[in-house]
Amino acid sequence: MALEQITTQATEREALEHGLTAAEFKHIVDGMGRAPNIVELAVFSVMWSEHCSYKSSRRLLKQLPTQGPRVLQGPGENAGVVDIGDGLAVVFKMESHNHPSFVEPYQGAATGVGGILRDVFTMGARPIANLNSLRFGSFDHPRTRYLIDGVVRGVGDYGNCIGVPTVGGEVYFDAGYNENNLVNAMTVGLVRSDRIFRASAAGVGNPVLYVGSKTGRDGIHGASLLASNEFRGSEDEKRPTVQVGDPFTEKLLLEACLELMEMDLIVAIQDMGAAGLTSSSVEMAGRGGTGMLLDLDRVPRREQGMTPYEILLSESQERMLIIVRAGAEEAARKVFIKWQLDAAVVGKVTDDGTLHVLFDGETAARIPIPMLTDEAPSYERPQQTPEMSATQEPDIRRLPLPRNYNETLLALLDSPSIASKNWVYRQYDYLVRGNTVVVPGSDAAVLRIKGTRKAIAVSVDCNSRYCSLDPYVGAVIAVAESARNVVCAGATPLGITDCLNFGNPEKPQIMWQFAEAVRGIRDACIALEVPVVGGNVSFYNETEGRAIPPTPTIGMVGLIESCERHVTQWFKTEGSVIVLLGRTLEEFGGSEYLSVAHDRVGDTPPWIDLSVEKSVQQVCLTAIQEGLLESAHDVGEGGLGVALAECCITGPQRRLGAVIESQEAIRADAMLFSESQSRIVVSLRRSNLTRLREITAAAQVPFEVLGEVRGRRLVAQAIVDLDVAEMYAAWTSALPRRLAKSA
Amino acid sequence: MRWGVVTFPGSNDDHDALWAVGDVLGDEGVSLWHGDRDLHGVDCVILPGGFSYGDYLRCGAMARFSPVMESVAKFANDGGLVMGICNGFQVLCEAGLLPGALIRNRDLRFVCEPVKVRVEVTDNPFTCRCVRGEVLTIPVKHGEGCYIADPNTLEELEQNFQVVLRYVDDAGNPTEEANPNGALHNIAGVCNRARNVFGLMPHPEHAIEAQIGGEDGLKLFRSIVAGLKEGVQRPAMSQVSER
Repeated sequence: MALEQITTQATEREALEHGLTAAEFKHIVDGMGRAPNIVELAVFSVMWSEHCSYKSSRRLLKQLPTQGPRVLQGPGENAGVVDIGDGLAVVFKMESHNHPSFVEPYQGAATGVGGILRDVFTMGARPIANLNSLRFGSFDHPRTRYLIDGVVRGVGDYGNCIGVPTVGGEVYFDAGYNENNLVNAMTVGLVRSDRIFRASAAGVGNPVLYVGSKTGRDGIHGASLLASNEFRGSEDEKRPTVQVGDPFTEKLLLEACLELMEMDLIVAIQDMGAAGLTSSSVEMAGRGGTGMLLDLDRVPRREQGMTPYEILLSESQERMLIIVRAGAEEAARKVFIKWQLDAAVVGKVTDDGTLHVLFDGETAARIPIPMLTDEAPSYERPQQTPEMSATQEPDIRRLPLPRNYNETLLALLDSPSIASKNWVYRQYDYLVRGNTVVVPGSDAAVLRIKGTRKAIAVSVDCNSRYCSLDPYVGAVIAVAESARNVVCAGATPLGITDCLNFGNPEKPQIMWQFAEAVRGIRDACIALEVPVVGGNVSFYNETEGRAIPPTPTIGMVGLIESCERHVTQWFKTEGSVIVLLGRTLEEFGGSEYLSVAHDRVGDTPPWIDLSVEKSVQQVCLTAIQEGLLESAHDVGEGGLGVALAECCITGPQRRLGAVIESQEAIRADAMLFSESQSRIVVSLRRSNLTRLREITAAAQVPFEVLGEVRGRRLVAQAIVDLDVAEMYAAWTSALPRRLAKSA
Repeated sequence: MRWGVVTFPGSNDDHDALWAVGDVLGDEGVSLWHGDRDLHGVDCVILPGGFSYGDYLRCGAMARFSPVMESVAKFANDGGLVMGICNGFQVLCEAGLLPGALIRNRDLRFVCEPVKVRVEVTDNPFTCRCVRGEVLTIPVKHGEGCYIADPNTLEELEQNFQVVLRYVDDAGNPTEEANPNGALHNIAGVCNRARNVFGLMPHPEHAIEAQIGGEDGLKLFRSIVAGLKEGVQRPAMSQVSER
């Protein structure tokens, strides 16, 4: 880049081209007391992008509960940290990589995994599990199979190669994601609670170390132009803004960083994710209230002739910025050289509160750091409640009963969102590191913590159909269900990370959805006493004006004090009693049954009473901790019918039947397929029934003995009578069959 | 006994192999660095699973050139016990310590799942505590586990009883459906003619605890311990020819 470009003042038109508004440009000029040059403008454009600044969401996110007795680090750092005792803590976060994964599914998904892994090991934690929430369009859409194939390969190749098990998550299909698939990646790590690393710069004169891959021209404007804008149908042109992943280098970076962290040389460390060198340096200085000097000539580069603009905005992957104690540079560099990585001192911590960038020995940019961080724009965007038409409510009395319940149940098991996801999970190494006690396929994955008796249960959840009908209730249910899932494994919910995927926040109806969802998460977290320790917001998931269904994905981590007491969802023993905790109502709105059997959506999701939810969870947890239960399974999509079928067919060893006779006086299709919340199906030895009855009575939780585990058929209410093998075949063949079809 | 587990850049299951021999078996596990030629007096070398050097060329193609492999080759040629698991198997093939090669899975996708393998021979240190014909459940997890060799080599392998493990179905038969990757002759693991070098795609170190993946993998580790301590019972030639 010619020097004139560095020194020439940028114009408002250039600001608009960089995704800033005219008002924002004026704000920059006023704050700086002069017009920025083009490099400075680029720095503003990424730091003030929706992706980096959370300018539309910051105010609303403040209402989330982030405190708790176990919280060691809440939102604001690279990841949240929760204490699990024994001197250990879990570090976790979930992040979106939606836009890149639509433009280039393989690399988009892969680098999504790589980015979230770095966020976790930056904190000093060894990553022990990956999860993800993947949402695709309908199988009728021509792009869906291509996206599934690319995303699953991308997630798998990255996680498999770096040696972190991918243990679970969720995969949903809905036409609302036809033009905007979602990839939300979550990593859980384990750290010594007295050795957590943070990203707050300190110590004037301390050297700033650049480590990892060399910087190239990939991913420039990923944060500002790709992640902070709608799609308009020319996505192929944006491929150069998608980064390219190299899991092998990340593996080396992971091992090198963890080795360096043993040496007590690090003051602060942050990964170079969105907006690369710019955001990592600015955010570290911002948190520490310091300044930072960067000499771009010292940055390891992949190609010649890179301009300061490109070096600052590159989103090349597998890079870290580390502030070490003065004098420790050489010792730190040796570790990276051992792992065959680049390491160079590229700057130092200063006390002038500015980001000062040198290139070719001259000043290329000089910006007061607070302007880029605390003083970045924050908007209270207008909200508008959509008008509900009064006639949408499905009149249950007019809904015909299924003619053949066997066929309806099989159709539900064959529905892509309910069907077995084994086609996906068998492409992921879920075993490496040898801690996976419960592999993908139960309500939650369970990982033991070596050196202790403990284990953690992890789950990712969101029913976005509920959210599109009522974002408040949908978000409450997402939190409740994620908690219920870890409770069903025998875990006490510890905390959540949220990944909030929405359309364009500049549209008042989208902003209303977002505000309602945040309110829902807040209420559920307060009621269930689960703090939010981190998260991510992804706006602009729209194509040509069509937004995705609101999708506040919840990642939950729970603690099992005694690993051998964990429980899985499938039936274990012939003759055991099957009990339903919670009550079934005639609720069809947003249900899979209404969609599959009646081709309707309905406008009211099932209601949820958080105090009932809490009691049901508490009863289940107590029963598991007392060793009463053989299985516990959350009743979710497809209702009790699908839940019972899953209890019969998901066991890895053998499949067992059940005989069910409910006395509940409601419509038979509601009894089987209503998606009423706060329900758990459990099985237990008959000798434990009295004790379970006592616990539920004390907590005033509805309790019904449904029947018993018996034979090789699921027989329910004299209207369902299916061989477990037939159910298993429908459930397991659904995805392979659809994916085998040529697009 | 003293086990050595090699760490190449990109090895992943090295931690798990050390856990298996150290924490589960109660032996001494030594971590061997790829750049270090010293094998530190170990009794058996494990080349672990993972993606050595990213496997960006061919799996194992780079790792065979690392300094530690010179020592491993010498150790093997002197009769030392070497077990290559998954990526380690690929490295042993690339290094010429085992015949054949491993290529992309039949369906071109990574596969992670428990599989059943039948123990074909017990006249080697790696399966000497198993029963011939015994079926073990051990997980595989690989993208390039399809074992191939030219017809002559395959014939030789079979005639010399070097096929140690074969993928089989629940009934113990080597069917197409039971084969997770398309390996010729359903081969899951082979040894060299001298029977001191063994490579396998399944991960025995992930089947060592009842709580996690079962304990069938332990039988291989225990065989090695017993084989080293007590020697291996070679079957009489008459028995061999009956097979």
